[in-house]
Amino acid sequence: MAAVSAWRGRLEETALAPIRRTGLRYWALVAFLLAVLGWGAYAYWTQLRDGLVVTGMRDRISWGLYIATFVFFIGISHAGTLISAILRVSQARWRTPVTRMAEFITVVALVCGASFVIIDLGRPDRVLNVFAYGRWQSPIIWDVLAITTYLTASITYLFVPMIPDLALFRDRLAGRTSRWRGWLYRALAIGWDGTAAQWRSLGSAIGVLMILIIPIAVSVHTVVSWIFAMTMRVPWNSALFGAFFVAGAIFSGIAILIIVMAILRRGYHLDEYVTEKHFLYLGYLMAAFAAIMIYANISELVTHGYKMEEGVEFHFRQLFLTQFGALYWFYLLGGLVAPIVIALLPWTRNVRGMVAAALLVTMAMWIERYVIVVSGLRVPLMAYPPADYAPTWVEWSLLAAGLALFALLITLFTKVFPIIAVWEVAEEGEASTAAPGTDRRAVPETMELAGGTGR
Amino acid sequence: MDHDATGRAIAEPGDRRTREPGTAAGGPRLGRRRLLRLLGLGALGVAPLPVLPELIRAAGRDEPVQGTGDPARTRDGRIRQWVMIIDLRSCDGCQSVGQPPRCTAACIEGHFAPEPMEWIEVFEADLPGGGTQFIPTPCQHCQNPPCVNVCPVAATFSTPEGTVLIDQDRCIGCRICMASCPYDRRFFNWGDAPVPPESLLADYSPEHQVPVRRGTVMKCDFCPDMARAGTLPYCIQACPQRALYYGDLEEDVATNGRALVSVSRFLAENQAERQKEELGTKPRVYYIPGHGEAVGRDVFTPGREPTEWPWMERAAEAVTWQR
Ligand code: SF4
Ligand code: SF4
Repeated sequence: MAAVSAWRGRLEETALAPIRRTGLRYWALVAFLLAVLGWGAYAYWTQLRDGLVVTGMRDRISWGLYIATFVFFIGISHAGTLISAILRVSQARWRTPVTRMAEFITVVALVCGASFVIIDLGRPDRVLNVFAYGRWQSPIIWDVLAITTYLTASITYLFVPMIPDLALFRDRLAGRTSRWRGWLYRALAIGWDGTAAQWRSLGSAIGVLMILIIPIAVSVHTVVSWIFAMTMRVPWNSALFGAFFVAGAIFSGIAILIIVMAILRRGYHLDEYVTEKHFLYLGYLMAAFAAIMIYANISELVTHGYKMEEGVEFHFRQLFLTQFGALYWFYLLGGLVAPIVIALLPWTRNVRGMVAAALLVTMAMWIERYVIVVSGLRVPLMAYPPADYAPTWVEWSLLAAGLALFALLITLFTKVFPIIAVWEVAEEGEASTAAPGTDRRAVPETMELAGGTGR
Repeated sequence: MDHDATGRAIAEPGDRRTREPGTAAGGPRLGRRRLLRLLGLGALGVAPLPVLPELIRAAGRDEPVQGTGDPARTRDGRIRQWVMIIDLRSCDGCQSVGQPPRCTAACIEGHFAPEPMEWIEVFEADLPGGGTQFIPTPCQHCQNPPCVNVCPVAATFSTPEGTVLIDQDRCIGCRICMASCPYDRRFFNWGDAPVPPESLLADYSPEHQVPVRRGTVMKCDFCPDMARAGTLPYCIQACPQRALYYGDLEEDVATNGRALVSVSRFLAENQAERQKEELGTKPRVYYIPGHGEAVGRDVFTPGREPTEWPWMERAAEAVTWQR
């Protein structure tokens, strides 16, 4: 038992470490991210002052980088749902050390994604019209509803399983940390002291939430795709779009999770809990989704390409040969084929290989979103020469700022909240170290100590 | 282990009873009830979101769209249904007058439409057998308008007269209507549009769209205010070849400013078409096929004069943009 509690103590210390010590490198990173955000703020101010004329968008290609980035961020928000809900439902136990990170990503990505819609608006001052005059018939309203629901649900889903850990922080840091932190943990732990009754209700609450959040997540990316699929543009006219977008969302979500895992593991020395196994399993999952994406692309291209209806030939040319050729081929080969190859080859089947694959997938999925948006609008509707679009410095700056905001929020989160689901990992560890045949009922008892130690 | 009900909740009943009193007594502590209530509240926080717009509307913020007059009526009280007929047999893209298309120019002047907006735009399309034809294309005023369907705030709306208008005081500039218009008939105010100062004095109405508002969408409004006042739209008045007709489906009559035709007869006898009929948008703009043959145009002489915006030198510092 002594070995177990030493292991447990080490786990708690690892979780508490980011809050106890803050190095110079951390502040340097925060300063850098703030600088990028500041630059983005300047770019946005320029856009507010002069109007959207400072972007590369015009009447014929009236959406561009902003909408692509919006879709991208909403996509990666599916990391949390996948890891913590889908894997939880399927009882894949290896996921426990990374659930918390995945749930962080979900919430933060949703916030970043939603802000890109506002950035794209011609009249951000009138954004409340959406509530005052909202119409059910509009896909934009479906999106507003789906995304706000998803945001509420995923904040709840981040918070509820974190309660015992917040109680741990409250107890361990009592009197040894700043006032606001003490207050924050006290408030957020909402009186948790680890009784059997509390554990039971926590269990059923998580059970309900994880079931609830899966359809919400699926609906979110489906309606995001319907923004496009509900219009009369040839390349977007597809019943597959919803499923295709959801698959792409989970795909890019896994990639971002791998990257965030690698960074946090390095930065906070989590090697004991976030192991090579996690990278490999997620890498395999990512390869599986790459296969789904390849399948979706083929069925999409073949059904359009076989018939070559009006506009399709133009679209295929711009995708494969001209305008978007380089981007699209990178997406197909670097983003969909390469991750599978990396997962298959024994000598790339390691942390580095998976991180490299994740970086490729992240880039490729952003590119895919960009190509879908811009190429869809570029197919001429009437007898006019095709328009062109290139993002301006304002748009690139706001993309950089969006990514910086994403990184910054995660960085700040790690300094306030437990980045590892302590109690779940402990439960996992103790369940596996316990001799076979040990009564499972013992576990709630030990868990109780976890939350209640300080009392 | 998983904390689903099966894995976690197996505690002895006796066990539970001995613990619960202590929990319940400790005010701020989290009992089963409180946790469930909290979660319930959380779930409630999620559920009413879709209801929010309805609630706000119920609170009386749903003002009617401003500035549209009472619909025009026939003498026996039926609402008029505006319609446009474009006789392509008579349209030569104003090649014969050697000027930019007069319909476009008149529309721009009448509405102070900023560069580069051509609410009625004369496209030059290839004929299947070689040569070209000119196709003046205003907003098609669809009866199943994709732009109206997708607008999140009803800034784009259908009127009882069968036209499609935009309230630029409500538009949020999301541009989904531009993505969904299959005729490329919507234009966005990307910046402070170049317009002459006198246009800024006008009283705004969605039926005339003057003065312009940055960050909103504009398009052909079918000039219902002028029709009600007994004048033809600018484009109809300006066409030197009298190729454009405007009228009322309800009374089955249309005019190009000179001749009067019965709409149904005129359309049927001349094999009228609508653009992209297969999309099901049901436009209110009809075309009589042709390539300017009635005014002696040679299909193998391509090209028309580029459109001009007459006040550009007076709005010299204004920002312009390309389409
Ligand atoms: S032509 Fe375009 S803008 Fe006009 S009503 Fe139809 S969809 Fe709307
Ligand atoms: S740009 Fe304006 S008119 Fe068009 S859909 Fe958005 S709010 Fe409606």
